[in-house]
Amino acid sequence: MSASSAFNDEKGGSSSVGEPEYGHDPASGGIFSSDYKRHDDLKEMLDSNKDSLKLEAMKRIVAMVARGKNASDLFPAVVKNVACKNIEVKKLVYVYLVRYAEEQQDLALLSISTFQRGLKDPNQLIRASALRVLSSIRVTIIVPIMMLAIKEAASDMSPYVRKTAAHAIPKLYSLDPEQKDQLIEVIEKLLADKTTLVAGSVVMAFEEVCPERIDLIHKNYRKLCNLLIDVEEWGQVVIINMLTRYARTQFLNPNINESLLEEGGEKTFYGSEEDEDEDDEDKDKKAEVATMAKRKPYVMDPDHRLLLRNTKPLLQSRNAAVVMAVAQLYFHLAPKAEVGVIAKALVRLLRSHSEVQYVVLQNVATMTIKRRGMFEPYLKSFYIRSTDPTQIKVLKLEVLTNLANETNISTILREFQTYIKSMDKDFVAATIQAIGRCATNIGEVRDTCLNGLVQLLSNRDELVVAESVVVIKKLLQMQPEKHSDIIKHMAKLIDNIQVPMARASILWLIGEYCEHVPKISPDVLRKMAKSFTNEEDIVKLQIINLAAKLYLTNSKQTKLLTQYVLNLAKYDQNYDIRDRARFIRQLIVPTEKSGALSKYAKKLFLALKPAPVLESPFKDRDHFQLGSLSHLLNAKAGGYQELPDWPEAAPDPSVRNVEVKESVPEWTKCSSREKRKEKKVEKPFYSDSEGESGPTESADSESDSANGSESVSGSEVSGSGSESEESEEGSESEEEEEEEDEEKDKKKKKKELKKKPVQESESEQSSEEEEEERKHERKSKPRKSDSETESGDEEESESESSQSESDESESEAEVKKKKKAAQSKPPAKPVKTDGKKEKKEMSLLDLDDFEPAPSPQVTPVNSFLSSSLVTDLEGLSLSDSVLSPATIAPSSALKSYELLHRITGEGLSVEYCFSRQPFSPDANMVAVQIQFTNNATSDTKNLHMEDVKLQSGMRVKEFPEIELLPAGETTTAVMGIDFCDSTQAANFQLCTHTRKFFVSIQPPVGELMRPIFLTENEFKKEQGQLMGMNEITERLTLDVKCRNEHTIVQRVTTAANLSRVPCGSDKECSPPVPPPPPDHPVHRFAGRTVTSSSLVLVTVATKEEGAAQLTVNCEKMVIGTMLVKDILQALTQ
Amino acid sequence: MIHSLFLVNASGDIFLEKHWKSVVSRSVCDYFFEAQERATEPENVPPVIPTPHHYLISVLRHRIFFVAVIQSEVPPLFVIEFLHRVVDTFQDYFGVCTEAAIKDNVVVVYELLEEMLDNGFPLATESNILKELIKPPTILRTMVNTITGSTNVGEQLPTGQLSVVPWRRTGVKYTNNEAYFDVVEEIDAIIDKSGSTITAEIQGVIDACVKLTGMPDLTLSFMNPRLLDDVSFHPCVRFKRWEAERILSFIPPDGNFRLLSYHVSSQNLVAIPVYVKHNITFREGSSQGRFDLTLGPKQTMGKAVEAVLVSSQLPRGVLNANLNASQGTYTFDPVTKMLSWDVGKINPQKLPSLKGTMSLQAGASKPDENPTINIQLKIQQMAISGLKVNRLDMYGEKYKPFKGIKYMTKAGKFQVRT
Repeated sequence: MSASSAFNDEKGGSSSVGEPEYGHDPASGGIFSSDYKRHDDLKEMLDSNKDSLKLEAMKRIVAMVARGKNASDLFPAVVKNVACKNIEVKKLVYVYLVRYAEEQQDLALLSISTFQRGLKDPNQLIRASALRVLSSIRVTIIVPIMMLAIKEAASDMSPYVRKTAAHAIPKLYSLDPEQKDQLIEVIEKLLADKTTLVAGSVVMAFEEVCPERIDLIHKNYRKLCNLLIDVEEWGQVVIINMLTRYARTQFLNPNINESLLEEGGEKTFYGSEEDEDEDDEDKDKKAEVATMAKRKPYVMDPDHRLLLRNTKPLLQSRNAAVVMAVAQLYFHLAPKAEVGVIAKALVRLLRSHSEVQYVVLQNVATMTIKRRGMFEPYLKSFYIRSTDPTQIKVLKLEVLTNLANETNISTILREFQTYIKSMDKDFVAATIQAIGRCATNIGEVRDTCLNGLVQLLSNRDELVVAESVVVIKKLLQMQPEKHSDIIKHMAKLIDNIQVPMARASILWLIGEYCEHVPKISPDVLRKMAKSFTNEEDIVKLQIINLAAKLYLTNSKQTKLLTQYVLNLAKYDQNYDIRDRARFIRQLIVPTEKSGALSKYAKKLFLALKPAPVLESPFKDRDHFQLGSLSHLLNAKAGGYQELPDWPEAAPDPSVRNVEVKESVPEWTKCSSREKRKEKKVEKPFYSDSEGESGPTESADSESDSANGSESVSGSEVSGSGSESEESEEGSESEEEEEEEDEEKDKKKKKKELKKKPVQESESEQSSEEEEEERKHERKSKPRKSDSETESGDEEESESESSQSESDESESEAEVKKKKKAAQSKPPAKPVKTDGKKEKKEMSLLDLDDFEPAPSPQVTPVNSFLSSSLVTDLEGLSLSDSVLSPATIAPSSALKSYELLHRITGEGLSVEYCFSRQPFSPDANMVAVQIQFTNNATSDTKNLHMEDVKLQSGMRVKEFPEIELLPAGETTTAVMGIDFCDSTQAANFQLCTHTRKFFVSIQPPVGELMRPIFLTENEFKKEQGQLMGMNEITERLTLDVKCRNEHTIVQRVTTAANLSRVPCGSDKECSPPVPPPPPDHPVHRFAGRTVTSSSLVLVTVATKEEGAAQLTVNCEKMVIGTMLVKDILQALTQ
Repeated sequence: MIHSLFLVNASGDIFLEKHWKSVVSRSVCDYFFEAQERATEPENVPPVIPTPHHYLISVLRHRIFFVAVIQSEVPPLFVIEFLHRVVDTFQDYFGVCTEAAIKDNVVVVYELLEEMLDNGFPLATESNILKELIKPPTILRTMVNTITGSTNVGEQLPTGQLSVVPWRRTGVKYTNNEAYFDVVEEIDAIIDKSGSTITAEIQGVIDACVKLTGMPDLTLSFMNPRLLDDVSFHPCVRFKRWEAERILSFIPPDGNFRLLSYHVSSQNLVAIPVYVKHNITFREGSSQGRFDLTLGPKQTMGKAVEAVLVSSQLPRGVLNANLNASQGTYTFDPVTKMLSWDVGKINPQKLPSLKGTMSLQAGASKPDENPTINIQLKIQQMAISGLKVNRLDMYGEKYKPFKGIKYMTKAGKFQVRT
């Protein structure tokens, strides 16, 4: 079949694609040389230098690959084009390469260098695609290269590249499982990633590589819960499934007390619970508590609650897989009272494609066994239509049967009656079985069912009759004594029923229960004896059985009849019947020769046969995680992770606590969507569950409407009047709330100051001793912030403080680590480790106890630097050696940019400049000094910022609110922005008590770095490491005015926040390099990017007559390129 | 996750294969063919088939089986949902998703599949993103491409995937800015012999066709949002806003998309727009059966019932039907025994009817089942649940868009048992 199919296939394919000359499969063609010829012109096309020809050839080749034909002999010709400039050719080459690389490993290696180059490309999409293809080539020899590439990509600044890295992890793992340990490290790193783009993919990698390392999840648990709603739908499925397993290991069974109480009494439980409002959590909790009063009270872990709360909205997803994932999560994790919410969503899925219905119904069938009440209101949704495919019908039937109870059985049976008339006989048979099960489960309807089934015995369809008889037989076996009249009825039926199977079943029944129908049975045997010769074989066998049984119980009446039947059987054509007759005669008729067995004949024939049990095939399937493949097949599939049992005692919840502070992505929220979701996450989601107050809601709506008008450029709010009113209202109420929270916080702070210092970032002028003390505290006891995490409200109000707190603790830790490292490690280090080390070094600069003074600094821009330097120096008490690079920073006037013009700002003008000071709350942020001038006649109040919109990965530390700016006054404030080493603008709203202005801050590339101190030697060494791709060189002619050393240095340092490398200071150390001639000096500048601490090295080598060469070495190629442009401009203008 | 994909046509030929991990031999499909043979109808092929080393998960759309090969545990719905998304994408790209269309565009298909999955895990499934990566073929573009040798692949690399609104393409520009919304409701009902309703529910969707420049932010509010009982959203809809205010607030994707699907709460009584008077009888011993069907409008709120199509699967014993339609045309397929009657518009003054006799196989006994009647219909300008859109507002852009809302009611799975 497959051969012919391949042939047809080819024909069809070739005619449509239009390449009849390639229409033969090499295997069927057989002649290899012709094969060569056939591909010759393709090779020619690939070798040509016309892209269109190459493209045409690649298209044909891909068409061959698609049809499953072997195109591997073209590999050398194709692989040559891997570096082709044309994107489509390149893509198709990639497609080909991934398909055949495994078979042609040696040749595939030729392409590797192209991808390695691609990995360094400034365009993130090219980096990502290079990694994708590189990791898809299943060639074992490049495992180390892949490993390196993955590690590098995992710390790429583009989240898209990091996502690709996450995808690459399972690829590498399947290629070489020995890399597991290293890969786990990468996974751990990526799990800590805060972007939604990465989350789904890394959890996927986690599931494939190390699903047993549940400990890696702890510190990311809350982050994952919070990000969940923003992750793309496929990632959501994977994360939810993983979190289900996680929760099973970490939390207590929410139904633990109930399951003890209920102990098999589920039916009553559900009956009574039906009326209760399922959504009303509070009420249910109370009820729960009441029932458990005697036992150990169960309190749900707040993290458990968080998971349930954050997954619930996903029931509204359009993706059936997501809905199913949430449904199984609720089924496995939620308290019984809350599971009900999933029913509606699952029923909705029944509207989808039949494959979806099939899977959903399987799961619903399992659920209905355990939790029948949940689906009872939706009974009618499972009614069967004649147009449903049979497999769907059978599953619906299963669900209906499971749902049947005393109250609804009559409607269900009425439905079943229609089904029995269906044309689909398989379905009818299933219906009869279903009726049988209903009859066994519900005592009241047993008789009705039996009667109905008995009527079916007259059905013409053999299958129906057989099925009915079988079911009746089973039903009668349960309580035969009650149903002698049915047996009598069936005995009468035997005159009419022609279906042999049914006749046989009836005879078996009469024989089995001949004691209940003592008068009829001999008569039936008499009739049967008469028609014996005309019966079918199975009927004959049953006649013999009946005769034997009657002989044993009632030999007086039936002895002769039995003899007669046995004699007839003795000469039957069928050997089975002859054998049976001989055997039975020996067994039951006592002769002198008969063996020991005849004594036991009665026991043998009339032994009590156990009644067959009618139960659902879906019983006990729920030990498989619902929604999984294993559940569907009712067999463990490869790679299935068992759903663990609930732990007896909850493991320490603090494993999630401690680090979660750090990973709550407080400032990373950037997009409008994320912003929105952040609100969702941080505020209690369901007002009913948490008692959310009005103001928060209106605040939220405000943010939404603000989002709406966000992209209106400039500063005027063009939305309708009502909208802006609304937003003002919103912002006010939010402020109020914040104030309240602050107050609350302060009170709390007083209370807890000794035990657990919680600090508002505004009032963070703590002394060093306090700092020390705090450190102690933290070390001595693990932070157990029960009160902090128990309610969402509090968490929210404290999030700000906790963020800064954790930042501090982080940097503290770094300081300490650094100190250790500094002691143990020699100062010179290779580049790789250097990156990290340097970062730590930088964090030394920003001391915890130095904060930008929150009180409005009433200093004009020009004088700011000096004043801030003073504060800077006041705050610093470190050794000068470390500090020196910072102080080398240029002291030239800072360029200020306009943020808000006086006119658009209605009197308020705002300017900002990059102060080039380390931003102490977060070393990775660029400090931006903002100067507000109130030119209006009235006071401006409550200046603050809101609704920050950022590219992903970027973060902002807002400036403290300025309560009052009197008319004519000027004030400054400092905010921090982590631009993530990109020049993307940070957009936000500047709000006063009356107005909002949309503003954005875009950094020149030179501000994305901070100066570092390097000696000339170190500089050269580092420069040597950053050659090739990372080096950009430009020739230029210096501006006439700027040919002396001083102006060059000044212009460069103005353009970029770099520090000059003192030249000539260490000439002795570098004898091989002769010092440049004094009239053509070389100027060197060094810095690091703020976020990723990548080195930025700038060299300006002057030559005769103003000619110069500018060299920039930087790992970040984008930054390098932009920096070259900026410096070039600065030097030539 | 998904290892390989095979496309199998109605005659059982594999006409396309794609592998995302190492190559799986196409002989694995033999298990699928076996299952296909066992199942009498194509739709009865089990969606999940275990084989010794792999699992086959398949969906059937447009008479093509999309068979995914997987090797280890994965939520089956995940794969099924993804395969359907693939089909939707093909349909979106080629207008139809037929074997011919796929074969004609095999390169685009391959490029799409390459972008949609990475290592078997979905990568880009939003049609807006995909269209940025790979331009859909149009007649004009195909011609231009053949002449100039240019390509279908986007010139510059798209940034949409990285944007803050991952479902919307960037840099959208239109000269006419329009936003159309279709509220389409379907009635699912089972009517029993006597004409009483056994079960009836309304499922609705709002399909949107939005062609707006820039990054518009839309809000859509309803007069009576309480009607909506259960909803599922396109990912662009802000859930929180809906929870709080029952307003749909969203930045739409570009082009056609399904904004919302909903279920009208079952407490509301569902108006049944048509009634059927039927008399279908078979007499014992006679080789004739009577067929008598009359349709009439019931609760239509004054609107005309259009595009009525009645179909019924007659019992196997029926050889032929000799009927007389007062309106429209009827066909009877003696092989599949499918009777269908294209009624058209129902005129309340002159009710359409279909009357006549059916001839049965000689000697065959009376069929013990009566056929069910499936009805399709359309009612324009009305949502049967009474749902009404209150207003549509746009923020974020300055131009005035052209807005339009259309209502329609259809019969979904509307069956009458006889």
